Amino acid sequence: MAETFKILAPCGMLGYGFPKKSFENGMTHHPDAIVVDAGSTDAGPHKLGAGVSIVGRQACKKDLELIITAGAAARIPVIIGSAGGSGAAPHVEWTRSIVMEILREHGIRGLKVATIWADVPHDLVEKRWKEGKCEPLGLAVKPLTEERLKATGHIVAQMGHEPIIEALKEGADIIICGRAYDPSPFAAAAMYRGHESALAYHLGKILECAALCAEPGTTKDCMLGIIEKDSFIVRPLNERRKCTAISVAAHTFYEKDHPYLLHGPGIVLNLEHCTFTERGDGSVEVRGSRIETTPVYKVKLEGAMKVAYRTFVVAGVRDPLLIGRIEQVEEEVKRQVAEYYEEIPPEDYQINFINYGLNGVMGELEPRPVPGHELGVVFEVVAKTQELANTICGTVRSTFLHYGYEGRKSTAGNLAFPFSPSDVPFGPVYEFSVYHLMEVKNGLELFRNEYVEV
Amino acid sequence: MKLYDAAAVLRSKNSGPFEITVDVLFDNPDIYYKIKQSGVVNRQTISRLYRIAPDRITQIVFFDQALGFKITFARTVSSGTVLDRDVYGAQQHAPLMEWEVDI
Repeated sequence: MAETFKILAPCGMLGYGFPKKSFENGMTHHPDAIVVDAGSTDAGPHKLGAGVSIVGRQACKKDLELIITAGAAARIPVIIGSAGGSGAAPHVEWTRSIVMEILREHGIRGLKVATIWADVPHDLVEKRWKEGKCEPLGLAVKPLTEERLKATGHIVAQMGHEPIIEALKEGADIIICGRAYDPSPFAAAAMYRGHESALAYHLGKILECAALCAEPGTTKDCMLGIIEKDSFIVRPLNERRKCTAISVAAHTFYEKDHPYLLHGPGIVLNLEHCTFTERGDGSVEVRGSRIETTPVYKVKLEGAMKVAYRTFVVAGVRDPLLIGRIEQVEEEVKRQVAEYYEEIPPEDYQINFINYGLNGVMGELEPRPVPGHELGVVFEVVAKTQELANTICGTVRSTFLHYGYEGRKSTAGNLAFPFSPSDVPFGPVYEFSVYHLMEVKNGLELFRNEYVEV
Repeated sequence: MKLYDAAAVLRSKNSGPFEITVDVLFDNPDIYYKIKQSGVVNRQTISRLYRIAPDRITQIVFFDQALGFKITFARTVSSGTVLDRDVYGAQQHAPLMEWEVDI
């Protein structure tokens, strides 16, 4: 085992961008690997369901161009976690095509590119589910049914460090991972070189968000992680930022259900007794991270299904009489539209209003539902087909625009549309239909490694 | 004092698509420990503020090293599907903002 192991994390989300100067500063520290997370379920189920990325192709390529050329020049591994955001086959292929394009354009040769697929066959999920080895992850997750499973598109599993370490053993220079537990690609790089898993995973948890644990925090700047014998150090690479004991300790709060117990594939990380020490140069040293392997190895599955088609309208309301009774008028509009389309079964569509400036963000939970002098109204129709959503939304729009509520003075129209056409056909709406923990034999069972020599 | 004024960070975010997690972090240890020891951050209060059943709240945890506490609860609508209003769950901290804490 080498004394220290250094990981350069360029940004918290591949395609979000980072200052070139910070990255170059990072490279002067001679990192042993460059690792970047590309994954998230934050943007909702649409990305996984529709097979599209969270960031644009050009944005992803811009980041990867710096990362790959620097990694190749320094002869160090480059690892991309959860390629394309959701890490299913279309996302992985999309990322791989960008990687190959960069290698071609820069005339880089003599590298081994690994791809780790994270797609799980529906049959296997069904089998394990029927064996009672596939449980919902959270109180709000709907139970799996044969029908919902069938309606689900790509199902992915979050990989741990195991398949990534396999790729490193095979001598891969660039590793494109399908869906991964965010810290795993970082942990794998360090564990492959003999470093302790607790430190490797805790550091991975911090680096997957890059400079978010610094002050000021951001995912759009670089961070260096240095694993030593029984501690690790996190060091910002931009002189504008520094880490404090509290900023690093508090980082594990971020988007996790518990501040110091973190569940990953086959592991639980326990950070309750960690110490965080400021080193006086803007970096922080962390000690005392603990890890346990779980008695049964479980992986997190994700899958999305189409539930409806949407058409929506954005409009403004400035008339005080209408603002004062907006919710009542909307109910009346809904009722009138339903009466007009009496031949359409009510379960085939749904009309919803969101009133920004009143309670748009919080809905019924709004503690201060007091309207402003103007409202932004978003209304949508979700329906069985796009055609039906378009049709009914058109009727909602015209009914609302001309609705003659009691005492109306603005008798020429109720809504200010910022755009023409006002009705926006949105396409399909998805829902996470699979968000389950599935038992597996080990960390390698579900994942398939593929290698290409360039 | 309103919790929004007492805290250095008051934020919400998805913890996965089926849960919202709210973080309240302080830069003053006195305020943090006073709130922690007062016991006011409990299931009953959160249940009232968010109008959810106490058993939908999965975590209320204090973490001294970070001078903060975390509250996690199940969403009523999962992220990004029909009727969701906050895909990232990033603006669901409002019910806590106006909460008067005695410090």
